[in-house]
Amino acid sequence: MSDIADRVKKIVVEHLGVEEDKVTESASFIDDLGADSLDTVELVMAFEEEFGIEIPDDAAETIQTFGDAVKFISGAV
Amino acid sequence: MFDLSGKNALVTGASGGIGGDIARALHKAGAVVTLSGTRLAPLEALAEELGERAHVVTCDLSDAASVEALPKAAAEKMGSVDVLVNNAGITRDNLFMRMSDEEWQSVLDVNLTSTFRLCRGVLRGMMKARWGRIVNISSVVGATGNPGQGNYAASKAGMVGMSKSLAAEVASRGITVNCVAPGFITTAMTDKLNDEQKARILTQVPAGRMGTSGEIAAAVLYLASAEAGYVTGTTLHVNGGMAMI
Repeated sequence: MSDIADRVKKIVVEHLGVEEDKVTESASFIDDLGADSLDTVELVMAFEEEFGIEIPDDAAETIQTFGDAVKFISGAV
Repeated sequence: MFDLSGKNALVTGASGGIGGDIARALHKAGAVVTLSGTRLAPLEALAEELGERAHVVTCDLSDAASVEALPKAAAEKMGSVDVLVNNAGITRDNLFMRMSDEEWQSVLDVNLTSTFRLCRGVLRGMMKARWGRIVNISSVVGATGNPGQGNYAASKAGMVGMSKSLAAEVASRGITVNCVAPGFITTAMTDKLNDEQKARILTQVPAGRMGTSGEIAAAVLYLASAEAGYVTGTTLHVNGGMAMI
């Protein structure tokens, strides 16, 4: 697994308090990992800080799963 | 009780009578304060009076860019904004039939839209800190209405609905959002009323006197405190019984 994916997973595990093995490529933050809409905003904020990037609102809306997040961030850093 | 040591507070309209006393009360409770307003001189005079733990950032609340910059500037001075008091407000009174779009819009912009923008501007820091206090200064006329103040009453009632919505969104993050609704308070503005006008107003106030800015400040201090952590989305009416709601 890439370094970016590791760092994203760490944030997700810490923020949502879920088991690491639940955070799979296709795991949806809301449907599978128990996030509410405010959690997803906070996750995006945490990603922005961890990677020093800006994630615009329209892009943030497309980040539904762990895989989406890794893909977006990999393309943005 | 009500110890704000280690907390950083931003107060808008701090050059006015009520805002100044709110800043004094938070400062006395141990908070670092950033005083904001349009006029630099009275803010600097208040900062000098308070001594340490007081900063000044001017802001024109009718200017969107200036409003967006304020929370950032306050956080730079203090390290964070843990307590936000949206106290600044203007009136442009006129009979409804005569009220211009400009009179309507300017009051909504300064009183309501700037409050929205400032709340939004401090949320990220409060969410990360898992602690925050937002106190929006509404008015009794936001609940009762007042002839000649359709714009002002709308802005102050709007503040209440906005605060409740935000309170529900962020309650799980340790952030509370409440309003304080003053009734008739002795300020430079009410000093201009003559005795007859004052007497007429007081017939509507069971307490039989005007309130003081210190009594508003005490309500704000309570809502800003750790002790008020389970109070959110409410409006604390401080009006001598003028409207029991």
